[in-house]
Amino acid sequence: MQEPAITEELIKAHGINPDEYAQILRILNREPSFTELGIFSAMWNEHCSYKSSKLHLRKLPTSGPQVICGPGENAGVVDIGDGQAVVFKMESHNHPSYIEPYQGAATGVGGILRDVFTMGARPIAAMNSLSFGEKDHPKTRQLVHGVVEGVGGYGNAFGVPTVGGEVRFHPAYNGNCLVNAFAAGLADTDKIFYSAASGVGRPVVYLGAKTGRDGVGGATMASAEFDDSIEEKRPTVQVGDPFTEKRLMEATLELMQTGAVISIQDMGAAGLTCSAVEMGDKGGLGIRLDLENVPQRETNMTAYEMMLSESQERMLMVLDPAKEAEAKAVFDKWDLDFAIVGETIAEDRFLIMHNGTCVADLPLSTLASSAPEYDRPWEPTAEAVPLEDVPQIDPIDALRALVQSPNYCSRAWVYDQYDSQVMADTMRVPGFGAGVIRVHGTDKKMAFTSDVTPRYVRANPVEGGKQAVAEAYRNLCAVGARPLATTDNLNFGNPEKPEIMGQFVGALDGIGQACIALDMPIVSGNVSLYNETDGQGILPTPTIGAVGLIAADEEPILGYARDGHVALLVGQTAGHLGQSALLYEVFNREDGDAPHVDLPAEKAAGEFIRANRDWIRCCTDLSDGGLALAAFEMAAASDVGVQIDSDDSATLFGEDQGRYLIACNFDSAEALMIAAGQAGVHLTSVGRFTGESVRFGRSEAPLEDLKTLSKDALAGHFA
Amino acid sequence: MKAAVIVFPGSNCDRDLARAFERAGLQVAMVWHKDTALPDGIDIVGIPGGFSFGDYLRCGAIAANAPIVGAVKAHADRGGYVLGICNGFQVLTETGLLPGALLRNAGLKYICRTIGLRVEAGSVYTEGYGTGTDIALPIAHHDGNYFADPHTLDSLEAEDRVAFRYTDNPNGSARDIAGVLSSNRRVLGMMPHPERASETAHGNEDGARLFAHLTAALTTA
Repeated sequence: MQEPAITEELIKAHGINPDEYAQILRILNREPSFTELGIFSAMWNEHCSYKSSKLHLRKLPTSGPQVICGPGENAGVVDIGDGQAVVFKMESHNHPSYIEPYQGAATGVGGILRDVFTMGARPIAAMNSLSFGEKDHPKTRQLVHGVVEGVGGYGNAFGVPTVGGEVRFHPAYNGNCLVNAFAAGLADTDKIFYSAASGVGRPVVYLGAKTGRDGVGGATMASAEFDDSIEEKRPTVQVGDPFTEKRLMEATLELMQTGAVISIQDMGAAGLTCSAVEMGDKGGLGIRLDLENVPQRETNMTAYEMMLSESQERMLMVLDPAKEAEAKAVFDKWDLDFAIVGETIAEDRFLIMHNGTCVADLPLSTLASSAPEYDRPWEPTAEAVPLEDVPQIDPIDALRALVQSPNYCSRAWVYDQYDSQVMADTMRVPGFGAGVIRVHGTDKKMAFTSDVTPRYVRANPVEGGKQAVAEAYRNLCAVGARPLATTDNLNFGNPEKPEIMGQFVGALDGIGQACIALDMPIVSGNVSLYNETDGQGILPTPTIGAVGLIAADEEPILGYARDGHVALLVGQTAGHLGQSALLYEVFNREDGDAPHVDLPAEKAAGEFIRANRDWIRCCTDLSDGGLALAAFEMAAASDVGVQIDSDDSATLFGEDQGRYLIACNFDSAEALMIAAGQAGVHLTSVGRFTGESVRFGRSEAPLEDLKTLSKDALAGHFA
Repeated sequence: MKAAVIVFPGSNCDRDLARAFERAGLQVAMVWHKDTALPDGIDIVGIPGGFSFGDYLRCGAIAANAPIVGAVKAHADRGGYVLGICNGFQVLTETGLLPGALLRNAGLKYICRTIGLRVEAGSVYTEGYGTGTDIALPIAHHDGNYFADPHTLDSLEAEDRVAFRYTDNPNGSARDIAGVLSSNRRVLGMMPHPERASETAHGNEDGARLFAHLTAALTTA
């Protein structure tokens, strides 16, 4: 088949700018072929090359004694003792989900699961962080239904429990929803698989589903802003098949047991191209592919299409030739394709043959390492406008408004659509703080949380970045887990705008500071830029996924408040209302600075909770909505009323950081007071759990009524 | 006493069911769907939850034609015990071992949450609770809406073969039916997941009684 000639329009359509094209000419010393241009576009787009973000990502803390493998592989690997490791990552699928919500979200989940089991880990927990536009925006309803069903449809069938996540609504996401999917898996530390190929003349094996034309150019699509032509981009979205993924996972893990796998890489963004280049480059080898041997779902596929297809549920592997028959038998058992499609070669070449014709011949290491890197101009975010006066309001009226707002009502309508208990190790299902699972076959427990408050990040990227990590830290500590490590999913607008780049740089600065102070290094992550439509960017949304460990001899804090329990508040309250939930949901205002995070105080508070777990019956962190919302949520989860002494808006709804609410009996409260004094942690009694109503000062409402408002809000709107 | 757990390529509660059987004291053999025979001496066959063959068509329709199913039917025909949970229940209705069908939930959404059940018909599976007992078990399904024609429903009730009923019907099931027994009371299909509520760590042990009583009954039988 005749390949099209390279024209200026064709180059532009591939998202390659004139400078980048000039560099391609320098590298090749000739004009690229059409397939080669496609390969460059796949490797050099923002999504795959991190060209705008790399410079800043390097500044993040990524190491620590607990880290076995940091960023750069399919997922991060962290030691959890006894020869076991947790392997995890969070990744966005924003652009595809906006174009085709069900498949976009489903394949987002599929992609992250594949990242985890490619490393030899069986997925044990999933989370997802979703951001949508206003609830009444004409597009939102379809997106919410599609995305939630897609997440559930894939994860439920695959068989991984979804134990946590976030859902938010804000007009800034009207034109770009965010779908950030997290997965964690369990592996033995001596059986982690990496992508670096080794050995010359070894077979390169294609595993899994057949290649179709779906997703061609997906990564390039995800590296651009949206405009009116969005409907035309639907064919760039892939179609997911969780049943194949489940079989691919089982077959891959079984294959790894045979010792046949030298190196392995899943085919994600930019499919065959990225995976082959990655394996060759990391191993210092060349790769030859014979495309006629690629299992194909459609007829007459061109080399270009095969190299750029993002068909799902596929893997590429370098095989020990001595074990070929054994390996093939495993894939036959699971009825999956297994095809030798090439071999490792000594020369530094990425040589693509199709029916005996050379369609691409590129210097592999240069292709991998010469992706452009930009130090994009950025300007620091201006200091936030000071907070104007906040009127006093009846605190129960304010609570009523919050608990039925789309952002702070019960999320049950969403998480009831996710299987949270498959694998039968779930100890805490979604709905109240971090998800907790037991490490199968042991007494160790792991906790998972995903957090960010985009309003804070917009007002103050550095403090907002810190806060996202601090809130994750707090959620893990609240269930008694020691925070281990973090994955970051950085969602921002167009990096070519200095103010957006300024948000990015600021948020990363804050995230880095917090990760160092709280000892939760970043071990994996993903950057999603160009989340803009017609020039309107999203709120800066650096989602933090974090993992914590509860040792075999430690109890998680999973109890509930009981009638007669004391309500204790850990941490200091100044009444910070800037950028608060109260301000946004009740007064429709987004002014003031984000709350500042005192990292040493944050650390001390978390350590206090973990050290005194035996006295604590129930614990939750304070975040959006402050003490008032935390008290309601604890009361609702525990089915007992609560009385908080104060009726002051700032005291009740202020969002000062580093705080927790504890429920325990009177004797335990006394013990905690003594412990707090010794630890230098601020601990005060703020009320008690009793009766059947929520009371703030002299204002009260029946708990059951508030619960109903909260429970029906999302369902009432979207069902 | 020995249990077999059938493993289809898309089963995802096979390990969970095996663990619940084992904790109750049964020996467990995992049996691959391409096998044509059960291991010797199997007392009960468990068909686990999951998405047997992706279930893009009718749930359990392809699984009902898997090579192992002939052996499961023969086992049931000999008076052997069979427990199908969730997807397992769907497979049992597709094989004809149990009457009725599981349709898409009335609300058209997947539902995962703990729901209330009333224990009704007596059997080795339910006698540990006693008739009329209220229990709570998790459900997790997209297609749990039990359907049968009125005549079949009448005869299920007349023969006291409704093992469990929902106390607050979550999925539109006819007459709130959550689980049904075969006419010899040895084959049970149920949508709720007792294996997910069988240990302290699950925060609910209502399911453990099913497995404990089943094992005791098989042992004394």
